[in-house]
Amino acid sequence: MLRRPVRNWASIWKRPVRLINCQKKTGMARQLHARRLEGVDKNIWVEFTQLTADYKAVNVGQGFPDFSPPSFIQEAFCSAITGGASMHQYTRGFGHPALVKILAKFFGRIVGRDIDPMEDFQITVGAYQALFCTFQALIDEGDEVIIVEPFFDCYQPMVKMAGGTPVYIPLKPRKSTGPALSSADWVLSPEELASNLNPRTKAIVINTPNNPLGKVYQRDELQMIADFCIKHDIICISDEVYEWLTYDGAQHIKIASLPGMWERTVTIGSAGKSFSATGWKVGWAMGPGNIIKHLKTIHQNSVYHCATAAQEAVAMGFQREYDTFGTEDSYFKQLPAQLHKKRLRLAECLRSVGLEPVMPQGGYFMITDISSLQVDLNDPSTKDEPYDFRIVKWLIKEKGLATIPVSGFYSPEHRGNVQNYIRFCFVKEDSTLKAAEDIIRQWSVKK
Amino acid sequence: RHRNKNSKCNLYMASVTHKNAKRIEGLDKNVWITFTSVAADPTIVNLGQGYPDIPPPSYVKEGLVQAVMVDRLNQYTRGFGHPTLVKALSQVYGKVCGRQIDPFKEILVTVGGYGSLFCSIQGLIEEGDEVIIIEPFFDCYVPMVKMAGAKPVFIPLRLSDRKTDISSADWFLDQDELASKFNSKTKAIIINTPNNPIGKVFTRNELQAIADLCIKHDTLCLSDEVYEWLTYKGHDHVKIATLPGMWDRTITVGSAGKTFSVTGWKLGWSIGPEHLVKHLQTVMQNSLYACPTPLQEAVAQGLLRDYELMGQPDCYFSSLAEELQGKRDRIATILKQAGMNPVIPEGGYFMIADVTALNQHLSHVEDDEPYDYKFIKWMTKEKKLAAIPVTAFCGEESIKHFEKYIRFCFIKQDSTLDAAEAILKNWNKA
Repeated sequence: MLRRPVRNWASIWKRPVRLINCQKKTGMARQLHARRLEGVDKNIWVEFTQLTADYKAVNVGQGFPDFSPPSFIQEAFCSAITGGASMHQYTRGFGHPALVKILAKFFGRIVGRDIDPMEDFQITVGAYQALFCTFQALIDEGDEVIIVEPFFDCYQPMVKMAGGTPVYIPLKPRKSTGPALSSADWVLSPEELASNLNPRTKAIVINTPNNPLGKVYQRDELQMIADFCIKHDIICISDEVYEWLTYDGAQHIKIASLPGMWERTVTIGSAGKSFSATGWKVGWAMGPGNIIKHLKTIHQNSVYHCATAAQEAVAMGFQREYDTFGTEDSYFKQLPAQLHKKRLRLAECLRSVGLEPVMPQGGYFMITDISSLQVDLNDPSTKDEPYDFRIVKWLIKEKGLATIPVSGFYSPEHRGNVQNYIRFCFVKEDSTLKAAEDIIRQWSVKK
Repeated sequence: RHRNKNSKCNLYMASVTHKNAKRIEGLDKNVWITFTSVAADPTIVNLGQGYPDIPPPSYVKEGLVQAVMVDRLNQYTRGFGHPTLVKALSQVYGKVCGRQIDPFKEILVTVGGYGSLFCSIQGLIEEGDEVIIIEPFFDCYVPMVKMAGAKPVFIPLRLSDRKTDISSADWFLDQDELASKFNSKTKAIIINTPNNPIGKVFTRNELQAIADLCIKHDTLCLSDEVYEWLTYKGHDHVKIATLPGMWDRTITVGSAGKTFSVTGWKLGWSIGPEHLVKHLQTVMQNSLYACPTPLQEAVAQGLLRDYELMGQPDCYFSSLAEELQGKRDRIATILKQAGMNPVIPEGGYFMIADVTALNQHLSHVEDDEPYDYKFIKWMTKEKKLAAIPVTAFCGEESIKHFEKYIRFCFIKQDSTLDAAEAILKNWNKA
């Protein structure tokens, strides 16, 4: 029985031929890969990081800082490394005790409840793995998962790999205002949300602050989603990796802190994004013990442990942030203040060449409509791709500037409608932003 | 358990169903969770869980400090493996295997050997498949195969007739029995050499017999070789992937944690042909995307250093094995003194011992558990010595064959072994 409609009949009759070729090359006649991998083999990051490296482009594409992490966090890691033999051996699989304890304290203070460090946390290899554990633990074949578009691209293949069916609800510009030039102008429709519910709906995934748009969901927006989850007994997966990065007075609110939501929410966090050290790959899933226990089962049967010294260092970082929270010394306060300026600077540059950036209320990224760009695209290798993919590849190859096409953050079903946006990451050194600006200003723009 | 600050929450809890996905049914128990709580008690001499309490080589730790101080090494690296590391792995294993290994297409860096097993099984195994697992086996193979929806098929290592001075070489696979386990559904066989817990180092002939069956039945081989450097005098590690016809159907798993005595770094790798590794890479890109950068850089530097020293006494790959040989022999002696019958391992850092001769009555220990579980609980409480029950490493049907065995880990400092010796010497006194 076919799992999805066959779009390309040619692929059917080609199959036996491919199998024979496979046999000649591999000496194996049987199908090698597990079917769970079907349709999830492409990855935008693998493709674009390679291209960026090949062309040595100015990288305002992938979301990582190119400035140094705060020295206290690097020192914390060094201190952990030289801190005794146990730092180099296995720690507790579900999370290094020092780390889960400080996270429970830290977030307990924020959400206003006692969080159990041993029961309510699973430490993971980055927030990415927390998302993986969550989907694998909770989603079965046929379960539906509502994903708010645009979304961090991994949600879709992860839901698919778990046998689930993604259902997409778009953030859309409010009709009443003019051009939607702030991420706040992009909203969810409660009617659309409700109409996409059915008996198999198991979970909804939200990301606030949002990648790529930068939207920071307001309390009433989260309440609307909470009401929906409570009414229909749905789990909320809340990806909050950019939680400290809000600008212009926008406040990050944890949906898990709304009444009735702790019991049904898995909140995802990231040390990499919190401390500008994305290469450490330490993240967590936080939630009620009766849900987290299922993530633990996945974790103990997939990687089991995360690196001890890295967890110890993150624990030290969080202790410092706990002690300095809200003060000028807090990195969680300093970083958004730094990034606020970079964000304004990039927006100004884009506007100066006639582009229309969507000002993000939070996060690492800014998207901009590029329809007014005059570009002579004559790269035959990209001719079947969406327009934004073509533009981005042209920019990398011809202009040495790396960005990311926004249709990559939309479902295959809706990708065609959103081919005019590209995403910039402004969490970069001033010299990188300057180099990007110099390239941008050279474009000719016709309205 | 939670002191709910908002009383409304209690109303909502009852209505929440939150059923877990079927793939984890029955997989929540784990032998390590039961036994690692023991490790926390400082009065207990812990020869249980398999990690060193000896320090890692200093150049490895220094390498990590250096990596952390380089800003860009604190950010994302290539998902399938940090370039410096995959190139170093390609060099080391290229030399060991005697073939060119493409660092980008034939290697995947994973979260420990454990993560390699996971990517391999998720990438290549599915519902309807059978996977042959040799008992006793590192316990995670079974839940991983089950989570992938497949059926584990067991075959035990069997002890020959030998009665004294037993070594892991006296444990073997019955060839007819092995052949009978293969059928058209057999997608893969998992082998572990050197084996945990017995310490068996499969000989070339034994591996050839397995290879012949793999080729005959068009089966994949997942070869867990995390202890590859730890073989003792007279025994050589053989890579099944180097046997004719096997490279194209084998994934070989290695571990930085076991290689450099840094189990807490959780870095490992899968090496194999592109047409297999690419599927593991797909799992990787959809599960955790990349491993930590500074740790990968440090492992790369360690590998490059020891690559230059390969064949020389200074090379950590061989100097660790030498150091452990002495500990192995020492532990064997003191276990015998207590009246246990150890199985001398040819490789790895574990030793199993038969406790039958001690005739320890355990009917007073309630629990409907195999003998070795009861023995361990008794020994931990009464003798303050921890080990691991070997039936944790076998299927239900083989419990009778293994329940008189317990596993000791000997990659421990002399002071730990001294403490163990004191306990074992006094075993029979009150």
